[in-house]
Amino acid sequence: MATRTFTYDFSNEVSGFRKKSSFPSGLFINGEFVDSVDGKTFELINPTTEKSLGHITVASEKDIDIAVEAAQKAFDTTWGLHASGQERGKLLIRLAELIEENIDELAALESLDSGKALAFAKSWDVQEAANVLRYYGGWADKVHGKTVEVDEATLAYTRHEPIGVVGQITPWNFPIWLLSWKLGPALATGNTVVFKPSEWTPLTALRIASLIKEAGFPPGVVNIVPGLGNVAGAAISSHMGIEKVAFTGSTAVGRALMKAAASSNLKRVTLELGGKSPTLILDDCNLDHAAGWAAFGILANQGQVCSAGTRVYVQDSIYDKFMEKFIAVIKRVKVGDPFHPETFQGPQVSKIQFDRIMNYIDKGKKEGATCLLGGQQHGTEGYFIQPTIFTDVKPEMTIVKEEIFGPVGVVAKFSNDEELIKLANDTVYGLAAAVFSENISRALKLANALKAGTVWVNSYNTIRTNVPFGGYKQSGQGRELGEYALENYTEVKAVHVNLSGSPPI
Amino acid sequence: MSTSLPTLLTFPNGRELTVPTGLFIDNKFVPSIEGATIQSINPVTEEVLAVVSSATAKDIDIAVASSRHAFRTVWGRNIPGVERGKLLNRLADLMERDTDPLGDLEALDNGKSAEVARAVDLPEAIACLRYYAGWSDKIFGQTIEVDDKGHKSASTRIEPLGVCAQIIPWNYTIMMLAWKIGPALAAGCTVILKPSELTPLPALKLAELVVEAGFPPGVFNCVPSFGDVGGAALTSHLDVDKVAFTGSTATGRKIMQAAALSNLKKVTLELGGKSPHIIFASANLKEGPRSCESCHWGVFLNQGQDCVAGTRLYVQAKVYDAFIEELLHSAKEWTAGYGDPFAEGALGGPLVSEVQRDKVAAYVDSARAEGASIVYGGERWQGKGWYYLPTIIGDVTPTMKVVKEEIFGPVLVVTKFETEEEVIALANDSTYGLGAGFHSNDANQCQRVLARLEAGTVWVNQYGQLYPQVPFGGYKQSGMGRELGTYALENYTQVKSVLWDYSGGSAQ
Repeated sequence: MATRTFTYDFSNEVSGFRKKSSFPSGLFINGEFVDSVDGKTFELINPTTEKSLGHITVASEKDIDIAVEAAQKAFDTTWGLHASGQERGKLLIRLAELIEENIDELAALESLDSGKALAFAKSWDVQEAANVLRYYGGWADKVHGKTVEVDEATLAYTRHEPIGVVGQITPWNFPIWLLSWKLGPALATGNTVVFKPSEWTPLTALRIASLIKEAGFPPGVVNIVPGLGNVAGAAISSHMGIEKVAFTGSTAVGRALMKAAASSNLKRVTLELGGKSPTLILDDCNLDHAAGWAAFGILANQGQVCSAGTRVYVQDSIYDKFMEKFIAVIKRVKVGDPFHPETFQGPQVSKIQFDRIMNYIDKGKKEGATCLLGGQQHGTEGYFIQPTIFTDVKPEMTIVKEEIFGPVGVVAKFSNDEELIKLANDTVYGLAAAVFSENISRALKLANALKAGTVWVNSYNTIRTNVPFGGYKQSGQGRELGEYALENYTEVKAVHVNLSGSPPI
Repeated sequence: MSTSLPTLLTFPNGRELTVPTGLFIDNKFVPSIEGATIQSINPVTEEVLAVVSSATAKDIDIAVASSRHAFRTVWGRNIPGVERGKLLNRLADLMERDTDPLGDLEALDNGKSAEVARAVDLPEAIACLRYYAGWSDKIFGQTIEVDDKGHKSASTRIEPLGVCAQIIPWNYTIMMLAWKIGPALAAGCTVILKPSELTPLPALKLAELVVEAGFPPGVFNCVPSFGDVGGAALTSHLDVDKVAFTGSTATGRKIMQAAALSNLKKVTLELGGKSPHIIFASANLKEGPRSCESCHWGVFLNQGQDCVAGTRLYVQAKVYDAFIEELLHSAKEWTAGYGDPFAEGALGGPLVSEVQRDKVAAYVDSARAEGASIVYGGERWQGKGWYYLPTIIGDVTPTMKVVKEEIFGPVLVVTKFETEEEVIALANDSTYGLGAGFHSNDANQCQRVLARLEAGTVWVNQYGQLYPQVPFGGYKQSGMGRELGTYALENYTQVKSVLWDYSGGSAQ
């Protein structure tokens, strides 16, 4: 079976890699690149130019079966507890090194695919992906159970065992970075993986498949199978041979996945879903900093961040001063070619997303909010949207309640902290929040009252590899990053050894 | 003649290697300010291998100042854990690259088999550094609920201790160095390491790799010295926050005293042992040769120069005769390589010094004098070098010197016992408590025995296996504190509790 190759010549790009990149783009199963069983492909579109980048192979349900079989075999023979923690750790660290060695190519592919600025793709996405894998490489031989004192007639202890074959489904907003969040803890704890990157942005995952092979992971340990959500994703969530699925994406899909998991084999589920996170600007904040961070919280990654701080609440006494600085920061943001070194904001990832966001902007205008800034397409080519700010919003407006996932923020006033807490928590989501205040006591009280999995005080989106991240309420379940992620991928077995107790009858 | 110029060594296998000879301070090799030197002697040829600088109290002052400065400026909390981990991993990579010359150097300076040094000492040291590299960004404190309603929080910060003196012995220079610097550097401490004056060379060679790995100056200083000069200066220094020592119980006592009298610096000690190794009749003795092998490895590896050597063998009466026969039969393997640590298949080696060899001989003589039977070996080897034959002594009683005292040589005493009660009492009848091993196939017996043995490590159906993830240390006079595993990090950190009242400063 011939398998596809993806080729792109970066020589004409304004900065970065500037060479030809060429690598297999078939499904990576059992250490080899293969075609899909039904030969189906998917066309990649460059969101900057709207032109085709060619086709990649996408997995059918049968391909998922084959991948699961390969993963199970590896788990039973060369991985799981057949490979020591030290060996697993070494391979993860080697993969991190290989990613760093190929950082320019990977960053260019990430920008090409997703539209994000190359500068961020390199200094953040790809570098952090290496950091995360390195971090979990260090955990691999440190997965402890406990011995538990019961009495001298009993020996009781726990083993933290790998689950087995796990399914992982990632979205298109941070392809390589979220790949590391998923593979890191899963492989460190000894699981084998069937990994489905988004079919919109599969390139860095496919390039990494070759690096996984080069690093020396045994075949079948990591299988990379780009595919459509309602084909490959559905197959994974309902597969009887997969005992755990981890998903990052929209709340709507998360729901469907959890249903499928329950209906099939009650596989364990962790979810990182959407958000409508509040940014709280208090009257005693550092206005310049708050304005900059608040803008960053909305516009980073073209607003395509689950934890984006898209509801800004400003204390009424400083509202005008804050808005002046806030708007000034946003106006300085450069929107344009991701490969240009000064670009901050690139295009939205796809036509579908572009249309969705423009639809929300339309709704905002129709429901009576004031479009203070932006509100239109940027330029005429590519899925670019102007940074957009709505004011005069009310809590029941669509643009205040629903996640837009674009460079769109809504701003409202508040007068006191009690009112603020109510406004901030009035959402089905609970992923993140930020508090801007120079009064630490006030900030900590607010942080305690916010129903959010991450609270930033005087910053936004500063995610750290060793600090857990995840959502309250409908923003998800379970935590990723830090030590906490290990729990998602281990099963606890308690062993009781009866040394001398006689049976009751 | 004091020097800091590197010296060129030629090995029996033809290898040539330059080894630095200065004190390693601030990433440079410098002579002792007072021109003091150490002669490192080859225990096989009895000739001088190299002359290296020896640290006097004045040199120690300079080293401590360097470590303190580094701790305040480029190390400790001035560098995130992830970067400390990267440097430790880089050092491990370099040691892996240089496994052969480093193993050969360990063999040349100590006398142990070069093959064993390359196959055991180096990989274990490297694994230890990699293990602690992984911990450097995973040192967690706690947040503790105290009074949420009253807006009061409590948490702990786990901070590096500071400047740590680490004094290591001559039996496993490279491995002991890794056990010490791994957790210390991972936790953010700076280190002044004093290798033994008997085996300074591998530590000095490793110092070159510390520079190559990219550690900032002053983070790791290495100062060969005599125990009662440099060692004493370190343990009583007022600006050293902690001393970690591996060595004899006698010296450990002195160190603890000096620490108390000076500035109450924190102390951890890994001292001597007289570890029991028990063969129960319930052991699977179809695996007989395997248990015998573990007995031999347990006592003759490294010529018995091992704190946790299983030097008291207890064999249950029912299986005694058959076991002893096998034990004596395979003892001769342990002279393989006598005369040449670089020979293929070398297992045994000389004692590290003439003093050590003569000590061993004196103990064996005392056994004779007290009426024990030398059933194997029992004399110096007739060849050049400080060799002593692997020795097995029977007909011993619990009060004999060879049964009570640590010999630190290739000498095994054997006792027959009748019951489990009896052997546990015999095993625990020691001021030491470092390790213990036993062989049994009876699950209940295993659980009873492992629970009752007074030892920091108990091996069941094996002996001597160590892993960087598993803690190691002594009960009773075998030491205090644990090395390896998560526990070693506690030796190099201190807990700061932070209680924060944020009830004030409400808005409006």
